[in-house]
Amino acid sequence: MQLRQLAVCAIVFFTAGLAVASFAGFREFIPGLLEGAWVTVQITLGGCLLAVVMALVAAMAKMYGPLPLRWLAVAYIEVFRGTSALVQLFWLFFVLPHFGVNLGPMTVAIAALGLNVGAYGAEVVRGAVNAVPRGQWEASVALNMSRPLALRRIILPQAFVAMIPPWGNLFIELLKATALVSLITISDLAFKAQQMNQTTFRTVEIFTIVLIVYLAISVLITVGTRTLETFAARGIARGR
Amino acid sequence: MTTPMVKFENVTKRYGALTVLDSLNLEIAPDEKVAIIGPSGSGKTTVLRMLMTLERINDGIIYVDGEPLTHMPKNGRLVPADERYLRRVRGKIGMVFQHFNLFPHMSALRNCMEAPIHVLGLSRQEAEQRAAELLDMVGLSDKKHQYPSQLSGGQQQRVAIARALAMRPKVMLFDEVTSALDPELVGEVLNVIRKLGKEHNLTMLMVTHQMGFAKEFADRVCFFYGGQIVESGRPEEIFSAPKEERTRQFLSAVLEAS
Amino acid sequence: MFWDWNYVWEITPALLRASLVTIQATLLGFALAATLGLVLAIMRMSRTSWISVPTAGFVEFIRSTPVLIQIFFIFFVFPEFGIVLPAMTAGVIALGLHYGSYCSEVYRAGLENVPRGQWEAATALNLSPYITFRDIIIPQAIPPVVPALGNYLVALFKETPLLSAIAVLELMQTAKILGSQSFRYVEPITLVGGFFLVMSLVAAAFIRQVEAWLNRSLRNPGGER
Repeated sequence: MQLRQLAVCAIVFFTAGLAVASFAGFREFIPGLLEGAWVTVQITLGGCLLAVVMALVAAMAKMYGPLPLRWLAVAYIEVFRGTSALVQLFWLFFVLPHFGVNLGPMTVAIAALGLNVGAYGAEVVRGAVNAVPRGQWEASVALNMSRPLALRRIILPQAFVAMIPPWGNLFIELLKATALVSLITISDLAFKAQQMNQTTFRTVEIFTIVLIVYLAISVLITVGTRTLETFAARGIARGR
Repeated sequence: MTTPMVKFENVTKRYGALTVLDSLNLEIAPDEKVAIIGPSGSGKTTVLRMLMTLERINDGIIYVDGEPLTHMPKNGRLVPADERYLRRVRGKIGMVFQHFNLFPHMSALRNCMEAPIHVLGLSRQEAEQRAAELLDMVGLSDKKHQYPSQLSGGQQQRVAIARALAMRPKVMLFDEVTSALDPELVGEVLNVIRKLGKEHNLTMLMVTHQMGFAKEFADRVCFFYGGQIVESGRPEEIFSAPKEERTRQFLSAVLEAS
Repeated sequence: MFWDWNYVWEITPALLRASLVTIQATLLGFALAATLGLVLAIMRMSRTSWISVPTAGFVEFIRSTPVLIQIFFIFFVFPEFGIVLPAMTAGVIALGLHYGSYCSEVYRAGLENVPRGQWEAATALNLSPYITFRDIIIPQAIPPVVPALGNYLVALFKETPLLSAIAVLELMQTAKILGSQSFRYVEPITLVGGFFLVMSLVAAAFIRQVEAWLNRSLRNPGGER
C-alpha cells in the first residue's frame, strides 16, 4: 500500500518535473546534476557498507565483548547518536587535520556518515539479537555449541530478518544525510544544485528535480529492502 | 557398585533470597530411567537446567560419568569450570525442551546436522547419514526437508529428540516434553521415548506430569517439594503406597484432575 | 598545542549566545512539527481518499528527501513565487515540515491504538465526531506517544546545525566563523559537539523518566486506589 503510494508519487512528480524542465531548456543543468547524483550514490553505497560493518562490530562488542571493549562500544554509540551528523562531519573535516590526520573529503564523508548511521544500526542489531527467543540459546548450549558458533549459525540468521526493515529506514536516513557533504566541498547532488542555481538561475526547476532524484533513490532503497525481506522471510519460515 | 552416571552432591541453587534447591543429593546409575514429579515451583525443572549448565549452581558439585561437571580440577583442587572445560564435559548430556526450541531457519534434517558438523567435526555425509537414520527412528523420514513451522507440535518434538540424539549423549534430559502439546499428539512423542529406552543404553532423566507414563517407564520416581526430594523409590511403591503425607496429597490432587 | 583553554574562554560567550538561537529554532520548529503532525495524521486517516492519499504521498515524499534540500527549497524557491522569508523563518518552517511528517506517523500509531469500542461508545452516547475526537480519542491517543515525540524533538535539535547552510547564526555557523577568523577549528567545533552530546544525553534521560512515569500512570488512571 505504502509502496504503491510512493511509486505513484514518484511518477507524478517525475512527469511534472520533466514537463517543467523541458519547457525551460534543461540541457543547461541536467548533466551537472547527474554528475552530482552519481557522487551521492557512491557516498551512499560506501556509507551503508561502513554502517553495517560498524553496527555489527559495535553491537557484538557491546553485548559480548570484554569490559574495556564494551565501554568503547557504548562510548562510540552514545557519542555518534548524541551529536549531529553535521557536527561529526565538520569535526572529521576541520579538526582531524590539526592532529595530523589528512583524509580526502570523500573518505571523510563516507567515514562520518557510515559511523553516524552505524551507531544507530548497532542498536538495531542489538534489539534484533535480543528479540531471538532465549530457548534458541538454550538449545545451542544443549547441543554443546560455543557462543560464537551459536551466534553465527543460530542467532544472527534469525535476527537478520527482523533487522531488514529498520535497516531500510537507516539507509534512507543515510541517503538524506549525504546532502550534508556538499558543505565540505564535495560536488554531490546538493552541491551541484547550488552551483547550477548560481550559474543558471533556474531555481524552481533545479530544486524540484533534485528533490525528485533523492525521492527516486529512496524508492529504490525501499523496493530493495522489501525484496530482500520477502526472500529472507521465505528462508526462515517456508510455508508459513 | 559402579560409578553413578550423574551425581549431585549437596547442590544448592538460589535466586536472590529464594532457595530453589536446598542441598540436593542424588545419584543416578548408568542406563537408569528416573522420573521427577512434583508441583510447579518445586525446583524439578531446575535440576535438569543445572545439569545442562543452563543455570549456575551456588553450592555443591555435580558429577557426570565420574567427572566433575560444574567444577574442574586445577592444582589438585576443584575450581569453578570455565567455558572450555564445560564444553568438553557437557557433550555427554543432551536435552529436549518443553517448547522444542528447534531452529526455525533450518529444515528438520539440517537441525539434526548442524551441531554434529560444527561441534563434533563430522563430515557432511556422515552427519547427514546419522541425521537421516535418527529421523527414521522417530518416524519422520518423510519430513526430513520440512521446516519446523510446517510440522505439528508432536512432529517438532520428535525432531528435537532426534537432534539431541545426533550428538550421541550418554545422558538424556526431558523437560516436560509433552506439556506444550495438544492431548492427541502426546502419545507419538511418548512412544518415541519408550523406544529409546528399549533400544539405547541411555541414562534418562525426565520431568513429567504424565503420571501413567512415569509409572510404566521409570525405574525410579523422585517426588520434589519445596526444593527437596521428599520421597523417592520404585514407581509402584510411590504411586500405590506413598509414605509421605505430601506425596499422597500431590498424587490424589493430580489423579483427581485427570 | 592541541587545545588552548584561553581561546576556549574567549569564544564561550559567542557560542552561548548562538546556542540560544539553536534552542529557539528547536522549540519553534518542534511547535510547528507537533501541530502540523497532528493535522497530517488526521488527514491521512481520513475516509475520503482524495484527502488521505495525497497526504500520504506528501508525508512519504518529505520523509524520503533530505532536510537540507527542503531548507534550500523554501529559502531559494519560494522567493520565485514572491514569498521572501528571512533565513531563520525558512529554516524553522523546513525543520517543522520535515519533523511534522515524522510526528504524523507517531500520532497515527497513537490514534490507531485507541480501541474501536471508544468510537462506538461515543456514537452510542450521540456525541458529535468533533467532540468525540477532542474529548475521547485525543486524550487517550497522545499520552502513550509522548516519548516517541520526545525522541523527534531531540532529533530535530540535532538537525539545527543545517541552518548554518543558509547562514543562520546558530551554533555551527558561529563556530565556523570563529574558526575561520582564528584558523583554529579544534576548540569551537569540539565545543559544539560537546554541547549537543550533553543536551542529547540529558534529554534522553528525561524522556526515559517521562516514559516510566507514563507507564505507571497509564496503567492506573486516576491515581492511587
